[in-house]
This record gives sequence, C-alpha cells and structure tokens, in this order.
Amino acid sequence: MLKNTMGIINLHESHESFREITKHRPLAAIPFAGRYRLIDFVLSNFINSGITNVGILSAGNSRALSDHIRSGKEWDLARKRDGLFLLPSWQTGNVQGAFPNDLADFFSNLDYIKSSRQRYALLSGSRAVCNINYEAAYNYHLEKEADITVLYKEYSIAEAKGLSEATMLETASDGRVVDMEVCPVNNRSNKLSLEMVLLERQLLVDLIDASVSRGGTNFTRDCLMKNMENLKIYGFPFTGYLARIDSMQNYFDHSMKLLTPEIWQEIFFAHGSIYTKVKDEAPAKYQRDAMVKSSLVANGSVIAGKVENSVLFRGVKVHKDARVTNSIVMQKGEIGPGAVIENVICDKDVKITAGKRLKGELNHPIVIEKGTVI
Amino acid sequence: MRSKECVAMILAGGQGSRLGTLTKKLAKPAVPFGGKYRIIDFPLSNCYNSGINTVGVLTQYQPLALHSYIGIGSAWDLDRRDGGVYVLPPYVREKGGEWYKGTADAIFQNTNFIEMFNPEYVLILSGDHIYKMDYSLMIDYHKAKQADVTIAVIAVPWEEASRFGIMNTATDDRIVEFEEKPKKPKSNLASMGIYVFSWAALRSYLTVDAIDPKSSHDFGKDVIPQMLAGNERLCAYHFGGYWKDVGTVESFWEANMDLLSDEPALDLYDPDWRIYSVSPTQPPHVIADTASVVCSLISEGCQVLGQVENSVLFPGAYIGEGAIVKDSIIMPYASIGANAIVSKAIIGRKSRVESRAQLGVNQLEQEASHWFSGITLIGDNLTITRETKIRRNALLARP
Repeated sequence: MLKNTMGIINLHESHESFREITKHRPLAAIPFAGRYRLIDFVLSNFINSGITNVGILSAGNSRALSDHIRSGKEWDLARKRDGLFLLPSWQTGNVQGAFPNDLADFFSNLDYIKSSRQRYALLSGSRAVCNINYEAAYNYHLEKEADITVLYKEYSIAEAKGLSEATMLETASDGRVVDMEVCPVNNRSNKLSLEMVLLERQLLVDLIDASVSRGGTNFTRDCLMKNMENLKIYGFPFTGYLARIDSMQNYFDHSMKLLTPEIWQEIFFAHGSIYTKVKDEAPAKYQRDAMVKSSLVANGSVIAGKVENSVLFRGVKVHKDARVTNSIVMQKGEIGPGAVIENVICDKDVKITAGKRLKGELNHPIVIEKGTVI
Repeated sequence: MRSKECVAMILAGGQGSRLGTLTKKLAKPAVPFGGKYRIIDFPLSNCYNSGINTVGVLTQYQPLALHSYIGIGSAWDLDRRDGGVYVLPPYVREKGGEWYKGTADAIFQNTNFIEMFNPEYVLILSGDHIYKMDYSLMIDYHKAKQADVTIAVIAVPWEEASRFGIMNTATDDRIVEFEEKPKKPKSNLASMGIYVFSWAALRSYLTVDAIDPKSSHDFGKDVIPQMLAGNERLCAYHFGGYWKDVGTVESFWEANMDLLSDEPALDLYDPDWRIYSVSPTQPPHVIADTASVVCSLISEGCQVLGQVENSVLFPGAYIGEGAIVKDSIIMPYASIGANAIVSKAIIGRKSRVESRAQLGVNQLEQEASHWFSGITLIGDNLTITRETKIRRNALLARP
C-alpha cells in the first residue's frame, strides 16, 4: 500500500479528437463502460493502492466533473484529513495542443502540494483506462533509486504506429528513459507513456518552481524532458490491459472490447473494484420481447427490443421492435418503438423517436450530441 | 438534539423462521430482494422519500449483517447531523438487561431514544414488507382525524382475510373492532402493521402494558385492543398500492416474480420514488452471444451465457453456457454451471450449481399437500455437484 504517497490527477489533456462528446465536459468526464466516467478508473486505482490524498488539477469546463465527484464520498475520499481536493484552474477554454499550459495551474495550487504530508507524489491523467496497483512501480522506483519513474506500456511496432496523440518513450537496457516524444506524427518508439509519474513531493515542488520561473508552461516538456540528463528518470513497464482513449473511433473500439470476458474481468476486478457515483437504479429489466446478445448492460435499463454488440448505460430504454446494433447508448437514452440504430454513439439524454433509422459505418460511428431528439 | 415532529421506528428484530434457510444467518429485513435490494430498503427508502429523517431500527435476531448493511445510513441519505438512522439492539441496564419481549416492549425499552427528539408522533413500521408508501400523507391524515392512533389497512381478498389482523370500521373510518386472524371475518381490511401514534397516548399505554404480567407486549395482540377498550380514537388509513408481507418462502418467491411482468404493480423505475440500497460496486452485466434473457431482472456484475427466463439475478451471478434458469431467484455471486437446469428454485448466496445438475425438474406425487410450494430452496455457500438431480420442493442447507 502506498500510504506515503499523494495523488494528483492532471486534467490538462487535449481532447480535440472528441469534439462531439467533450463539448460540455473535460476528457476525464467522458462516460465509459456503461456506468463510469474516465476519471473513475484513476481515482479507484489510487484508492485501491492506498492513496488517500488526491488533488484534481482541473482544466476548462469542470461543472460536469464536480457534479460527478462532489465530496468524493463514493471513492471513500470524503475524509477529515486529506481526501479529495478539486484544485481550480485560472485558465478558461478547452485544453488544446500537445503542450497545454498545466504548469500555470500546478503553480497556482502549489500551496496544496507543499502542505501535503506525504513523501511521494503520483501524477496521472485520466485517459489511460486500466486496473493497476501502483505498488510494483513504487518498489521499482525505490529499488532503482530513481528521481522520477514514468509508467509505460510496450506495444508491437505495428500497434505503436497506430497510436495517436501519444507520448512515446525510449528506454536504455537498465530501464532509464533516454528519449521522449510528445505527439509525433510517426511513432518511432513502441513504448507509450501512461502519463503516470512518480516522484518525491519535494522534487515536484522544486521542479514546478524552477520551470515556471524560467518561463516553462508544460510539465512533460519543461519538468521531464528538459531534465532527462540531470535527473534519473526511469521507465516502469505496465503489462496489464490498457484502454487508452484517444479518439472517437478508439473510444468505440475499447467500449466493445469490454465484452470479452477476460478484459471485462481484468478492467473491473484485477486489483480492486472501480468506484463511481451511485445512481440507485433498479436492476435492468428484460421484457417479454427482449432479445439481447453480446452486450454490456447497466442497471436501470428497460429492454423490450433487440440489442446486439452494444453498450447500454444506466437508465436506457429500448422500446418494442427497436433495434440497437454496434452502438453505445449513454445514460437515460431512449430508443423509440421500431427505431433502428447501427454504429451510433448516443450521448446522454438522446431520444430516437419511433420508427427513425440511423446508420453509421463500423469505422466511423455517428455521434449524436447530448440531449438531441431525433 | 433538535426536536422532530415524527420519529420512525422500524421493527427489524424478527427471526422470520418461515423463510427457512434464507434467514439462517440473517434477520428477515436483511434478506436480499428484487435483484439488488434487501427487504429493509423499502421502509428505509419510504422514510427518506416521505421526508422522515429520524429512524430507529430495532434489531435483535442475527443482527450482524443488518447492522453492517445499515452502517451510518448513508445509502438512504440518513447520515444526518440532526437525526438520521439509529440501530437499536437490546441493551443491559443497571439491574440486568432483557431481550425485546415483543413489538410493544421493543418500543417501550427505547422510550429514552424517542424522548430525545420530543416528537409529536411516532411511526411504527415493519422491516419485512415490500411496498412504496408516502408516510407523510398518512401523518397528515392522522392529524386531520385528530386520532390517537392511525393504522394503515389494505383490502385483501375475502378468502384470505382470516390470515390477517382484520379491522372492522365504522363509516367514518373509525376502527370499532380488531380481530387477529378471525375465522369468520366481518371485513377484508387487513392491518399492514404500519401505525402512526400520538406519542403521548402511546407512551401511557406502553407504560401500563410493560407492567401487565398477562401481556405478550405485542402491538396487535395487546396495545391496540387496550386502546380500543380505553375508548381512544383509532382510525383506519386506506392504502391502495402494492403491498406484500414476505414472511414465507412462497410469498418471498411470489413477490420477486411479481416484479417480472412488463408492467409490474410495484414500479422500481419511478425517479420520484427511488428505492435506495447499498451499492455492491459491480460493473454493468454482460450478456454473451450465446445467451437469451426474457422477463427477468438482471443486476450489475452478472455474466449470462445461458438462457434466463422469468428470473431474478442478484449482483455477480453467473449463468453458464447452455444452462436454463427459469422461474428462479439467483442470490449474489451464485453460479450455475454449463448445461445445468434450474427451475422454480432459490439459489443461495455464493452457492455453486455445477454443470449438468438439474434442480426442481421432476414432479412429486403428493403435490396437493398443504406445505407444498414447489419451490426448491438451496442455502448459502453450497455446491451441487455435477449431474446431481434435486427434486422440486427440496430444501438444502448447511447444518
């Protein structure tokens, strides 16, 4: 257990390839896997690893996120000492580009980091969805006497070529990070940074101060890449299942992969449960004419129609003679009687009225914006 | 402590022996129900939804699971600075302690708790009924009638009336007579075991009842008849919704099956009257390409590879490929192996039915006998080995 470590979730994550579903919310608040938001995975991993002091460095529009997190009670983070801290951002507008200005917000919240009691700090984003216990990385960090440890996932060369908006690492045979590239067009390395970084809290404070005072604006570039030679930065390989959400298309693919029993088992149970905001929905109801195959279904759904290869979030209604194929229907979506959708992603509160037909392509699902009635 | 207009007291100490192995290690109110709930979620959620935020839960029989389930009441938003939920087991006094001797005695022994809030009214509830009810309307009715006690009643079929406590009322809904399980009922208005008392009146009757050596210290048998004899104002409050006492294995099974019709009488999906429960923290359930599910309730964390019809699956249940589950209740984390058949059965928590086992399939000869419910009941943590056949109406439990 990492009792002596604080966690910081950095929400300065670019989400330009998700415009349709990130208009109203940061990347961390994207609904995923039937009942979660992306941030639930990192929060639960922190808690399951024993981290109980968590700061969320917010960015852009954080209303959806603070509505989701509230006091942090669902993650057992509503605590008398430590617990959850939603750290405000002084910047407006959406996070953009490969090198967002996260250091300004680290700097304006430096007092929180300074006054925390833990010796170590673990930074993470929210897009690397996995079920991980950080203890192995922590032990590796101590064993290597590293200044900084960055977690990475190794892919085959071919797979690595397909990653977009990625930070790639190159490591020497002893595990030391020797090169880093942020969002290269052509990925030369096959080691993807999970954007999870472990270091001493005091070193973090010093790095932020030293970088900001020299005009630095981006943590990865100004604190890590510029210190590659004078600090011992090591890479720790993560070997579990990773769903890195970086585009609309791979959001869709990763959602569908959850139907594989081994992946379902690993993502939701490997090192502890994934916690989320509880909605107190009744169990899913399958009515007389329901026909459901290969699907992930959350509580509160009422199904009278046909559902195949799809993900239904909490409180979704699929009416009689409706057909849902290769689709994702988010919270409180409603597919009217006789309506047909195929290769479609419906954001929250979307209503497809009776008899309507919508069809996207498997490699290009149609995305219906939050609250739309068709 | 700030005073409260009404304090609710939930009687949750009963053993529920007619539920057999379901209540072997659990008080009846802690028995799982409806795919994700426990029975006590219904009165607790009704309290929250009715705006009653001070609730005492009287526990006695096998209280561990119930106490840990209720915790500080946060699942029902009853973790409050003023009021909230209080678990009230029997306790020891200077001159020794006593178990709760009856429903009325349980309330009497907690007089100090109730007085802490100085309430006008005390709402007495059972921890083993399934229903949705707005208690605030009943309290309004009690006030309007200027009653000393108001008893919720429901019209039951005449042929079943002799199984209930029956209220005989005058035209103004004043209760003139109370008969416990009458052979020849004069009315079909059954008491639902829900009472609103004016606290001052209740306190004085409880004090007298406590020192009566002939009394069994029960609301229905002792306190209500005494209040009638004392010419107090007793009124009946008519309730027209779904209500079910799940006191027997058969009624428990029926109440679960009642949820499975396309338009059930008890709507669990009403956003304005949610039933709250402690979340098991499980992912959405998976329906495999080999599965088929109709007329069923499936909860989070289930994996369904087989065929499920007219059944209730609690969190974490597993139904293997080729298995057939029909008219059954599968408790949390129970698993049904490949090609097994489970018909009209209740499978206990974490029990395993291995592949090709058959439960509740063959007929019995003497089906007409009065104890025959036809339900096969498998207790918790049992393993039914491969290819075992278990007849209908069997009961299996750990000693």
